[in-house]
Parts: sequence; C-alpha cells; structure tokens
Amino acid sequence: MSSSPSPAAESGGRIEVKNTTCYMCACRCGIRVTVRDGEVRYIQGNPDHPLNKGVICAKGASGIMKQYSPARLTRPLKRVEGAERGEARFEPISWDEAFAILEERLKKIRATDPKKFALFTGRDQMQALTGLFAKQFGTPNYAAHGGFCSVNMATGMIYTIGGSFWEFGGPDLDRARLFVMIGTAEDHHSNPLKIAISRFKRNGGRFISINPVRTGYSAIADEWVPIKPGTDGALLLAIVHELIAQGLYDRDFLVQYTNAAQLVNVTEGAEDAGLFVRADIPRDPDCFDPQDQVWWDRIQDKPVRTHTEGADPFLLGEFTLPDGTRAKPAFQLLKERVAQYTPEWAAEVTGIPAETIRRLAHEMGITARDEKIELPIAWTDVWGREHETVTGNPVAFHAMRGLAAHSNGFQTIRALAILMTLLGTIDRPGGFRHKAPFPRPIPPCAKTPRGPEGVKPDTPLGGMPLGWPAEPDDLFVDERGEPVRIDKAFSWEYPLAAHGLMHNVITNAWRGDPYRIDTLFIFMANMAWNSTMNTSEVRKMLNDKDENGEYKIPFLVVADAFESEMVAYADLVLPDTTYLERHDVMSMLDRPISEFDGPVDSVRIPVVPPKGECKPFQEVLIELASRLKLPAFVNDDGSRRFRDYPDFIVNYETEPGSGIGFLAGWRGKGGEKFMKGEPNPNQWEMYARNNCVFHYELPKSFQYMRNWNRGYLNWAQEHRLTRYAEPIICHIYSEVLQKFRMAAQGRWDGKQPPERLRRRVETYFDPLPFYYEPLEAQLSDKQRYPLCAVTQRPMAMYHSWDSQNAWLRQIHAHNHLYVHPSLGEKHGFADGDWVWVESMWGKVRCMCRFSEAVEPGTVWTWNAIGKAAGAWRLAPDANESQKGFLLNHLISEELPRCEDGEHLSNSDPITGQAGWYDVRVRVYKAGDDEPPVTSPQFDPMPAVPGTGKTPKWIAYVAGRFTRGKG
Amino acid sequence: MHPAFSVIFLTTLIGVGQGLFLALVTGQTYAAVKIVPMQDPVTFFAWGSLVSLLFLAAGLLASFFHLGHPERAWRAASQWRTSWLSREVIVLPLMMAAAFAYGLLHYFGIDPVIWTSPEGTSLSLTLAVGLAGSVVAFALFVCTGMIYAAIRFLQEWATPLTVINYILLGGASGFTLAAAFAAWTAPELVRFFGGWAVIITVLAAGSRTASLVRNARLKPKSNLQTAIGVRHTRIVQKAQGAMGGSFNTREFFHGAPQAVFQAVKWTFLVLVFPVPLALLWAGMDGADRGLLAAAFAVQYVGLLAERWFFFAQANHPQNLYYQAA
Amino acid sequence: MTQLALVIDLNVCVGCHACVTSCKEWNTSGPAGYMSDDNPYGKDPTGTFFNRVQTFEVGAFPMTETVHFPKSCLHCEDAPCVPVCPTGASHKRAEDGIVLVDYDKCIGCKYCSWACPYGARELDEHQKVMKKCTLCVDRIYDESLPESERKPACVLACPTNARLFGDIHDPESEVSVAIREEGGYQLMPEWGTRPANHYLPRRKTRMHIHEDELQRADNPLKKEERLPRGPVTEPTLDDSTSW
Ligand SMILES: Nc1nc2c(c(=O)[nH]1)N[C@H]1C(S)=C(S)[C@@H](COP(=O)(O)OP(=O)(O)OC[C@H]3O[C@@H](n4cnc5c(=O)[nH]c(N)nc54)[C@H](O)[C@@H]3O)O[C@H]1N2
Ligand SMILES: Nc1nc2c(c(=O)[nH]1)N[C@H]1C(S)=C(S)[C@@H](COP(=O)(O)OP(=O)(O)OC[C@H]3O[C@@H](n4cnc5c(=O)[nH]c(N)nc54)[C@H](O)[C@@H]3O)O[C@H]1N2
Ligand code: SF4
Ligand code: SF4
Ligand code: SF4
Ligand code: SF4
Ligand code: SF4
Ligand SMILES: [Mo]
Repeated sequence: MSSSPSPAAESGGRIEVKNTTCYMCACRCGIRVTVRDGEVRYIQGNPDHPLNKGVICAKGASGIMKQYSPARLTRPLKRVEGAERGEARFEPISWDEAFAILEERLKKIRATDPKKFALFTGRDQMQALTGLFAKQFGTPNYAAHGGFCSVNMATGMIYTIGGSFWEFGGPDLDRARLFVMIGTAEDHHSNPLKIAISRFKRNGGRFISINPVRTGYSAIADEWVPIKPGTDGALLLAIVHELIAQGLYDRDFLVQYTNAAQLVNVTEGAEDAGLFVRADIPRDPDCFDPQDQVWWDRIQDKPVRTHTEGADPFLLGEFTLPDGTRAKPAFQLLKERVAQYTPEWAAEVTGIPAETIRRLAHEMGITARDEKIELPIAWTDVWGREHETVTGNPVAFHAMRGLAAHSNGFQTIRALAILMTLLGTIDRPGGFRHKAPFPRPIPPCAKTPRGPEGVKPDTPLGGMPLGWPAEPDDLFVDERGEPVRIDKAFSWEYPLAAHGLMHNVITNAWRGDPYRIDTLFIFMANMAWNSTMNTSEVRKMLNDKDENGEYKIPFLVVADAFESEMVAYADLVLPDTTYLERHDVMSMLDRPISEFDGPVDSVRIPVVPPKGECKPFQEVLIELASRLKLPAFVNDDGSRRFRDYPDFIVNYETEPGSGIGFLAGWRGKGGEKFMKGEPNPNQWEMYARNNCVFHYELPKSFQYMRNWNRGYLNWAQEHRLTRYAEPIICHIYSEVLQKFRMAAQGRWDGKQPPERLRRRVETYFDPLPFYYEPLEAQLSDKQRYPLCAVTQRPMAMYHSWDSQNAWLRQIHAHNHLYVHPSLGEKHGFADGDWVWVESMWGKVRCMCRFSEAVEPGTVWTWNAIGKAAGAWRLAPDANESQKGFLLNHLISEELPRCEDGEHLSNSDPITGQAGWYDVRVRVYKAGDDEPPVTSPQFDPMPAVPGTGKTPKWIAYVAGRFTRGKG
Repeated sequence: MHPAFSVIFLTTLIGVGQGLFLALVTGQTYAAVKIVPMQDPVTFFAWGSLVSLLFLAAGLLASFFHLGHPERAWRAASQWRTSWLSREVIVLPLMMAAAFAYGLLHYFGIDPVIWTSPEGTSLSLTLAVGLAGSVVAFALFVCTGMIYAAIRFLQEWATPLTVINYILLGGASGFTLAAAFAAWTAPELVRFFGGWAVIITVLAAGSRTASLVRNARLKPKSNLQTAIGVRHTRIVQKAQGAMGGSFNTREFFHGAPQAVFQAVKWTFLVLVFPVPLALLWAGMDGADRGLLAAAFAVQYVGLLAERWFFFAQANHPQNLYYQAA
Repeated sequence: MTQLALVIDLNVCVGCHACVTSCKEWNTSGPAGYMSDDNPYGKDPTGTFFNRVQTFEVGAFPMTETVHFPKSCLHCEDAPCVPVCPTGASHKRAEDGIVLVDYDKCIGCKYCSWACPYGARELDEHQKVMKKCTLCVDRIYDESLPESERKPACVLACPTNARLFGDIHDPESEVSVAIREEGGYQLMPEWGTRPANHYLPRRKTRMHIHEDELQRADNPLKKEERLPRGPVTEPTLDDSTSW
C-alpha cells in the first residue's frame, strides 16, 4: 500500500450508498450498503439508526459473503422423479410450473379440508404476512419458530406483567445500577444489548451473570454465578423467599400496581376457592379486567374494593369476609409458597452456596430500595392520581433461553417476573421497560377458534391461528378435548402454546397424530437439521412411506435461500432472495424494533437486484394468495388486489378502512398520520428517506409506568395499539392459571381436560410459581446420565445459515464439547480427545475441550456449527461435517412414555416450549481404533442445480476484477 | 519456526560455496608461503571456484523460492543501513562475483604479481582477489548469521553463537568438500584440506553443542502473562480466532511431532559431526575418494537436518497467541 | 509528533468479532487489493485478516475469567519489523506513526513477520505480500467522509465501543486519558518495542452491604402488623355498670 491512497483510487467504478436493514440475524440493525458497479463493496452500521447507532456485528459485516455465497439457490427446483427425499436430486423448473403445482394442490386442499395444509416458518420476520396467509387459507396449522425458541419467555412474562424480554421489552441499562443477566449467551439482543452493557459498565454499574457457562456477555460480568441447568426456578424462589423475609420488597408498588394485596378466596371446598374475591359491582362487558377485586384495608380493618381512595391494604394475613369467606392476600399466598424455598434448600438444587443466594437477594433488594431514581416527569395513573415524578428502582434483569428452553421454564420465568415485580422494577427507570405495542392486557386479546368448527373449506379460519387463552374455554380442542392443530398447541397437553409447537409438526404429521396432512410448507427453517430435535429420526420420518408406497407426509415445499439440509428433503424448492434483494417490513403487527421511548418500525429496501430467478417469498405468497383467491388478497370480483408486495404493504388494511396496516409510519394520504390512517402511496419513499425507520417518541409522561399510565393507555387505545385502556395489573397470583387448574379438578363449568391429562394440568397450572425438576430429568436415569448438556449461540454465527459464509466459517469451522477438566480426569480422556456424548436417545462422537468456565456438571457446545456433509455447498470433507457436530441428535422431541401419555412433546407442559436444555448425558472416551470424525455421518449432499461454484480460493474485490479462482 | 526448505537450502548451499571458496584461498595462501605445493590454476582453482559458484548460485536460486515476489528481489538491496537481510542480498552477489573473478583469473592465468614483500613473498592478483573474496565470504557468513541472530525475540537465535555456527558449519562443509575435490584434482592436498575439515568440524561440533546447551537452558522472556497483560498464574488459550489456521500457525510452528523433532536433532548431531569425521579420517590418505565424497554428502545431508532443527527449535513469542484453535 | 493508535478496553470487549470481519470487509475491496481466502468452502478454511479476536481462560472454576482479546498490529513506536525489511516496504510514517507495508515494494520475504513478537503480520498467500493492519489510513484522512466516520472500520463497528482511536502523544486525547486513568498497558513490554496500541484491563464493580441495611425502621413488614385492636367479645370497661 502506498502511503496514503486517496479515496479517488477507489473510484474504479460507480459507487452508490443505500440504507436498508440487516438480516444476518433477527436483530434488525440499520445498515448502509455501498455498492460499486452493482456489487456490494461495504456494509456498515447506519449511524442514524435507533437500534444500532452505527455499530455492526461480525455477522452483519460479513453480509457480502452471504450475498455471494455459492450455496445460494437461484432456480425453483422439483425433486427428480424416482429420487428419494434427502438425496437432493432436483431438476430446475420455471416459476410458472412451480406456481401451477402449488395452485392446483392447495386449491384442492382448501376446498376440502384446509387443515391438511400446514405452513411453518423459522426465524422469519414476516409472521404478520405468513400468519395472514394461513388464516385466510383457513388452516389452523401455522406457526413460526417461537415454540421451539422462547415462548416460555413470552408467555411467562406476558401472563405476569403484560410484556416480555425478547423483542418486547428489556432492561433499562442507561439508568440501572445492578444488572442481573440470567441464561443469556452472547448475542440476544445483539448490538443494542452490547451497546447498553458497555455503557452500563462504564457508568460503574454492577453486572452479575447467572449461567452455567461463562463466555460472551458473561465474560465481562463483575460476578459469574455458575448454576446447574434447569434449576433457576429454585434460585429465583429462594431469592423471593429472602426478599420477603427481609422486607426488601417495594410495598407501595406491590399494593398499587400488582394483585399482591388482592384477596384470594381460600375457603376450603368453596366453589370459587382459588379465585379472587370480587366486589359486587356491575361489570362492563367490554372490559377485560373489571377491577372488582377486593383488598383488606389496614386503616378501616375491613374489605374494600381495590384502589379505594385512602385505603392501605394488608399484604399479609388471613381474613374472614362478612359472608364467612376465608381470604388471603395473594402476597400472603406467595409468602407461604416460598416458605419452603430457603436459600439452604436452593443451594442443594442449584449448586450455588446459600450465602451467595442471600447476598444476591440483598444486593437486589438494597439497590432497589436505596438507589431510587426520581425523574421530574409528571404523570397520571389510571385511577386519576397525579404523580409529580416518575420513580424507579435501578435493578434490571435480562433473561433468555437459559430459562426458557427448559420444561419448567414457564414457572421459572413467572418467578423471575414476580421477583422483578417485588423489586418494583416494571416499566420504571432503571428496571424493565416495555416496547410498543407492549404492555398488553394479561393475557393479550388474540384468540384462536375454540373448536373444529373454526376450520371450514374455502373459508378463512374462524380466529387467529395463534392466540392467548385466558381460560379453559379458549382452548382449541374438539368435543373430546383433543387437539385441532397438528402440533397440538392450545390443547390440554400445552394449553398456553401461544407460538405453536413447530418441533412436533413433522413427528405428528408422520404418525398421523392427531391426523395426516397433505402439504407441509416450510419457510426459512432448517427442520432437517438444527431446528429439529431428534434430527436423525426426523430425517427418516421425512422420507418415510406408508404401505402404499406414498410418503407419510405427502408433499413437502421448502422456501429457502440456500442449499440447507432441509432443501434435500423438499419435493419443491422455492428460491428466496437475500435480505439485500428484497422489500421487508418489521411491522407493528408482528415484532417491531420499538424502543423504550415509543413505537418504531422499519423496512428493508433492495440494494441489489435478485440473483438468478430468486423471488422474494412475500411475492410468492401474494401470488399464491391471489391465485387461490384468498379474500384479503382479491377484490370483490375475485381479481387480484395487490400488484406486488410493496403494493400490498401500502394498501392492505387489517379491515377495510381500519387505517391499520403493516407500516405505522407516514400513513394518511400525504404521510401526515401515523399508527392509523389511510394508505399513503408514497410510504416506501418516506421510509427510504428516513433510514428505513419510523420512530415515534412518546411524550415523556407516557414513557413510564405504562401498565397504569392513563395518558399512555388512552393514547395506545386511540392509536389502536390496544383495545383497552384499563390498568394492566401484574399477576403475582395468576387467576388464569388457576382456572385451568380448576378445570383439571373438575371445578370448571366449561371445557375440562381428558382424564389422562387431569393430573398434569392440575400439577403444572399452579397459580403461584413453583419449582419442579424439568420433565425429562424426572424421567431420566440420572445415575447413568449425570450431566446436563446445553448449547449456546456464538456471536459470530447465526444458527445454521452462516456456514456458507466464507469469513464467518473461519471463526467457527467446527465445534467442541466443552467439559470441566474433572470430567476428563474421572473418565480418562484428555483435552482435545474424541469422546462420545450419549443420552438416553442416542450418541454423538465429537472432540472435547477442557474449560474452567463451565459448571462441572454441565457440558456444552456451540449451536448449529455442525453440518451434514455436502450441505451449504461445503466440501464433503469440510470441518463442519467432519469435526463439527450437532447436539440435536441427542435431544428428543418427545418425552419417554409416562403416566401422562405416550407421545407427549419434550416441552413445557404449560406452553409447549421445547425443552432443549433438559437433556441428560454421559461422556466417555472414544476408542483409539475409531476414526477421528464426527458420528453420525450422512451421505454427502450433492450440489443442486443453480448453486454456484466453490473455488479453491477467493479474493473478493467488489466491482473490479474477478473474484474466485479455481 | 516453520523450517522453509528454500531457506534450509539457501543457507546450507551458500555455506558450502563460501566454505569451499575459503578452502581454495587457504590452499593458495599456504602455497604462496610454500607450505603446500601450488596447484594447477585451471583444474584446481578455476574448477574449484566454479563448484563454489555453483553452490552459491544454487543457494541464490533456492532463496527465490522463499520470496513472494522474486522479480522484485532487486529492491531488497536498498536497506543495507538497517537490514541484515538487505546486507546479505548485497553480499551474496559480491561473493559470487568474487568466486567468479577468482576462478576466471585462474582460468585465464591472469595472475601478475602485484606486490612483493621485502622477504620475497609475493602477492599475486588471484591471491589478492581470493583474500578479498575471503573477507566477503566471512561478511556473508556474518550477514546470514545475523539475519537470525538479530531477531532478539527469537532467543534461540539471538546469540553470537548463531553467527559462529554459520561460519563453522559452512566452513566445515566447504573444507570437507575441498578435501573430496582435492582427492580428484590435487591428491597431495587431501590431507591438508582433510585436516582443516576435521579441525573445523570439531570446532563446529563444539559451538553447535554449546548453542544446544544454551537453548536448553533458555528461559523464555515472554509468557502469556506479558502477552495479554493479565497477571495470573493460570491462563489458557481457548480460541485463536481462526479454526482453519492462519499465516501465524503456518509460519511459526514446525508442526512435527516431538519424536520427529528429537530424531532430527540426533540425526544432525550424528551426520554432521562423528560420521564425517570418521569418513574424513578414513579417507585422509586419499586412497579411497569415495570416502571423502561420502563424508561431504553425509555432512551436507546432516546440515539440512541441522538447519531444519535450527528453525524448528526457535520458539517465537508470537506462538503464545496461537496455542489453541 | 503524532502517534495514532487503538486502545482496546478488555473491560467491555465481549469477543464478538465485529472488528474482525468489518476490518476484512473494509480492506478486501480497498485500493490495495484483496485479502484472499483459501479453501473458503472446503477443509480448514483460512485467509488473510488484519485483526483477530482470541479467547483465554484465566483462573480455575469457579473463579474463572473469560478474556476476549482482540489483536492487530500495535504500531510499535520502536517497531522492530521496520528496520529488518530489506526493501523498505515496511515503514513507519513520521507524520502519524502508522506502520505500513508498501505492497508494491514488498518482496514477500516474511522477514518482518519474524521480527514482530506479536504475530501481527500476515502474508497474503495469493498476493504474496506481507499485510497487516493499516489503521485504515484510507479512511481516517478521507475528507469525503463525514468527520465522525474518519475512523478505522473496526472502531466504527465495535458494538461495545471497546476500541478507542486517537493520538497517544496528545495528552488530552480520549486515548491518552483512557490509558492514564484506566491503567492502560502495553503487550510484552519486555521487548522495548513500545507498542502504540494499549489495552485497558478488566475492572470490577463490587457492592458492600452493611448489616444495618437489613434492619431498618422503614421495613415494610412492619406495616403488616394488625393495628392494636382487642376483640369485641372480650370484657372491657364498657361492660362495667357500677358508675
Ligand atoms: N440444539 C439446539 N437446537 C436449537 C436451539 C438450541 O438452542 N439448541 N435453538 C433453537 C432456536 S431458539 C431456533 S430460533 C432455531 C433456529 O433454527 P432455524 O429456524 O432452522 O434457523 P436457521 O438454521 O438459521 O435457518 C433456517 C433456514 O433459513 C434459511 N434462510 C436464511 N436466510 C434466508 C432468507 O433470506 N430467505 C429464506 N427463505 N431462507 C433463508 C437458511 O438457509 C436455513 O435453511 O434453532 C433451534 N435449535
Ligand atoms: N449470533 C447469534 N445471535 C443470535 C442467534 C444465533 O444463532 N446467533 N440466535 C437468535 C435466537 S433465534 C435466539 S432464540 C436468541 C437466543 O439467545 P440466548 O438465550 O442467549 O441463547 P442461547 O444461545 O440458547 O443461550 C442460552 C444460555 O443459557 C445458558 N443456560 C442453559 N441452561 C441454563 C439454565 O438452566 N440456567 C441458566 N441460568 N442458564 C442456562 C447457556 O449456557 C447459554 O449461555 O439468540 C438470537 N441471537
Ligand atoms: S446484530 Fe448483526 S447480524 Fe444482527 S441485524 Fe444487527 S448487524 Fe445484522
Ligand atoms: S468488536 Fe469490540 S467487542 Fe467485538 S471483539 Fe472487537 S473489540 Fe471486542
Ligand atoms: S505489532 Fe508487529 S508488525 Fe506491528 S509495528 Fe509492532 S512489531 Fe511491527
Ligand atoms: S515481507 Fe515485505 S515488508 Fe516484510 S520484510 Fe519482506 S519485503 Fe519487507
Ligand atoms: S484499524 Fe483498520 S486495518 Fe486495523 S484492524 Fe482496524 S479495521 Fe483493520
Ligand atoms: Mo430462537
């Protein structure tokens, strides 16, 4: 390089710079893409974007290698006649032919039994559209990745505080003093959390990480608390125990903003036992929470309606109402519940010393109490009381799949949400903050149909495919109480399965339980590999035939952008574009990128044209919907309503004239409205001019305490974020859960569980959080399989889809099984040795690596680095398939047969969340005579037509000279 | 360090060339003071120089394989003020020029006396060129040795012993070759060159052993604590950020198993010193030229091993950063 | 005299590799040519990078620290890689202290890499010249960029702002202040190379709890005691009629 080359030296071509949104992961940072002579030269963070403020991550900065990956699919493909699924032998076909095949098949299904069409999608960001398509088609069999991802987090928190971590809320690290991160690896919420943690630390905040493994974010924690997997419930409940014992809770907050002081009927044998005592006041039928519960007022020593002016209720005690009803405040019940959960008890379960547990409780409680924040922001609560200031208790939490991916996750996360509530940190500065459209009523309003009658030929579904049951009668079951959905979501097996159970779809469809389907349509999910449990068997199921030689899952459509393992099993492959080639919408109807200070949504706008014959999947759906004449997609005369996806986004309204569409910004004819307003033909241009983002900053007085903030709730109602403007009281005690329990006990007038599930529902639908060992562990031989095995996502790799990325795969070419050195000592293997890791379901041979940063009873590996040979256009001898391995082979999608049933999903019994991290294993040295390659191995996948060349070396220079030399 | 064959051949081949040249000039010097008989300028000196030149040229050729851009090698002469490599690049052609001139003058018999001492000893042109060339030869040894000795991070190399070893090992191989060459072209000098070869080989054995002993006792100046600046007794690398390897793993690690590494050490210790010494001893009477030829061949092969080991043994501090993939 | 450098804050670096790939991305299509990759889709993929992030474990369970450690050329003030270069391709710029390689002069002899104790140089296997971090000289002086973006690619990318960039000879600069106040240090000081890049160590925030913080008058538990109020059924003075 000569001394200081001028940028003019760069101008070897035509340079353009365009803004769009990254999709190297689901975080959705704003990016600026420099294109030179039509090729991507440079992708950088957009400094004007609210989410990433100019920074970018390793994946985002490697977008070029995704764009030009040889693994890209570029032509629609049809399985070659006579080829088996999995062999990946395809012939290219035209889009016309592909559409014709789909149209014919789907038309027939829709006219006969729409539920025989199942649409399941992975890490996609367009569930509003895919969900709309499914609903309009009339099939209940739709879900996205949430069920195997983190539905426990969503439900556990939404059913408790009306909002959740994940995309819907997070820790306010700008103001927190203590930050406790639980079960989060290193990239969730990627850039925003990294920005925030760094700033938090530099401001002198204290950061504690509770995790069996110390990498990633935990690496920079001030304290690492190693915990045994699956035991956080015990830890959190012991902390609650200690907080209550010490009086380290925010009493005022509990009284005003939660149901802690509300009286629960505890009269032995009473019909309403376990429900809140209700004042006798007229109910507004249009109201989700009529606020008719009762407190016991300390001052007058008598029951009063909640929030009665001047009343100060007891949180503890037992009371007899005038009619003789025995009642206790919910908080009293919580105190009784946690009495057993002493720190000493929890120490046994979690492996964390009792003094540490106590200290954690004290640190949280004292920080919350003594470092109070007071902001000079006046606001008014729903009860009309004016507050001069917004106050906050600066203890913030973040938690993710370390809690969620266990079959006790829902109750553990309830315990966390309650802990956060006791500390008084809900939507307050320095604590947890919501992001629009949250908070939502508990539970949110969307409901599925309540029975099979919701599914009718040639008719849209009679409800949403996914919803939030509020009581047993909301379940989506037939008259016998059995599931209507293929994944059995919203049945008595997984009543609150708000995101479906994608991980059981293939197994259920294969078994024909509850029924056989015809067409399984998979978009953006690698269900033949990393997003499936029991991978080897599931691959067989995908290829399994019945007595007549017909595939048990008759038709399989895969829409993907790369030659993934899943593609090999498709009958029809639809090549999608990359994120740099298409329009996309991160919609308020789905998971927008909202900030704490107000709603934000964003878009993608193509920066380069689609490669080959790639077609944006949105266009595919709109084309299909138009051909199938799904009502929302056609005019009254049956003609096509939307030219294309951009046109759909601008003009679609949730209901004719509703003014609500996919995008919230620049609505109204001239773009003068937001959230609600007529379609604006220039909406895309306005997004393009504004960094692809619409950000509405709420008035300061609406930014906090939103569950109970009159100004905010009225605003949200007016702008149609929510239907109700009623307070969203935190559920210390969950009446919703209690109703399901009552049904199981035969004390419910409506739907009741089938006999075999009564015990299960009664046990797990506890209105108060409790600790139980994860289901699989309960059913495992822990003598034989003493270790817990978990995975983590590495920061520089996104699930399976980055292995085609020439730069990222150099960072993670293969994975090791990380074990504590004591394990090697005990079983006679050394750092770097080949070992077998075995569960009751199977075994995998892999390389181990010793680590002092792992709880000794736990082994772990990076998620989805291992690949099937030949997939992703990697050479069959590539490290990913020869040294890399997939833990999923050891994890079952079903529990061992047990008294609750034969084919129960290996999932949380409340939400159906996949219990990825429940598996128990043992590890032993591989034989010296065994080959030093990963086991199991699969026949190498050949290159499918339309994919690229894999040169021996590459030298990427955008827009200049050739890249890739043979 | 990863022993690159280009460099192994470069250093050993030019070492032989330099050593042989020094032997020729030594022979001529002794003849000038009449200790040994004068030899035929063509068969002995001219052809001898040619052999020396061939070795030097082969070394030069080998060096090109080390360069990413041999066509720009000429640029390498520019930094003679600071770079020993640059100096070597200048001195090697000078050495070749000296050998060429020395041989050419002998060949054409252009050998006027250019100076006569009062005692009557005369200095001929060829001898003057030879002596000047000898200075160049030593300079080249110093340059080559200093290329390695000057890198202070490579503690195994950063010692005067490195330069001494280059001189003595190059000298030993050159004089051994001279003895063998004499067996064909100047049998009466076999004992002379053989004797010198034995002496230099013994000296080389001493200095090379000294460096082995020194290196075995070396305490690395850098460690993981200083490398990453964390003061703790237990630091273990878990990832180096490149699982498929990088330049840093290819260039600085020999990659051979410990057993091979040790075997190479013993191989060179046997092949460079005792075996050639025995062969020289046995062939000293000049009766069996094959013994002397074998002495050279064995020693040269031994030197290849020695040079491999020289590189492999050097433990670069950068390796601290590349312990685990 | 100016000495530009990076200061890397290990206290906040989470080891995300953003600096690694953003560096590759910026530099591979840059004016000096590509940064090649071998076996990009095959066994043991390997390529040229100017910056790598490594991971170390310090201590033993449970007192383990996981340290992420980014490393690129440290632009040593007494750069040993420069004088050894036979061609002058490796040079240290007087005006800003950046150590650079002139790819047009480099003969690929690798000697400079041997003279770098830090393993910061990488020979590009296809361009056959020695490469290393340039401190993004082609960005930091580019006046067509807005001032805020005249920084190295890795610095702009870093999500935790663990990479500070500036002149360590200017005592008022952000980097000098950080070095001074946060205990900035150099790698392998024993060699006297005086690396311009510095590292900031881990720093811990602890909390100290005093006994009395648990026993306070305002303990909310006190509010749960029933107000003193005798039962109506037991005798009281009211029952007396002797007055
Ligand atoms: N053992 C274990 N397994 C796990 C987990 C775990 O923790 N441990 N985590 C689970 C979780 S939380 C999740 S979310 C899942 C994720 O698992 P998946 O949803 O399967 O995610 P990926 O494997 O990244 O990608 C899915 C597919 O999307 C394709 N793709 C990428 N970009 C595009 C695009 O632009 N268009 C289209 N059409 N396709 C594209 C990829 O090629 C790939 O085939 O994995 C689950 N699996
Ligand atoms: N770079 C990158 N970023 C991603 C993804 C990716 O693939 N790559 N995937 C995205 C997706 S789909 C998701 S769902 C998120 C997931 O984000 P995370 O929730 O951070 O994901 P995991 O990698 O599953 O990490 C789970 C963590 O929980 C710990 N853990 C396991 N069991 C327990 C337990 O019982 N208790 C506690 N306390 N900890 C436990 C594990 O050690 C691990 O650190 O990440 C998203 N971000
Ligand atoms: S975190 Fe990284 S990959 Fe994910 S959207 Fe942001 S820049 Fe892209
Ligand atoms: S980008 Fe920043 S946080 Fe990430 S590895 Fe590099 S220095 Fe560390
Ligand atoms: S780090 Fe290495 S390459 Fe960079 S200036 Fe210092 S010695 Fe030279
Ligand atoms: S490789 Fe290039 S820069 Fe390095 S010493 Fe040789 S010529 Fe100089
Ligand atoms: S300063 Fe530039 S060249 Fe150096 S590591 Fe950072 S991005 Fe790479
Ligand atoms: Mo996920």
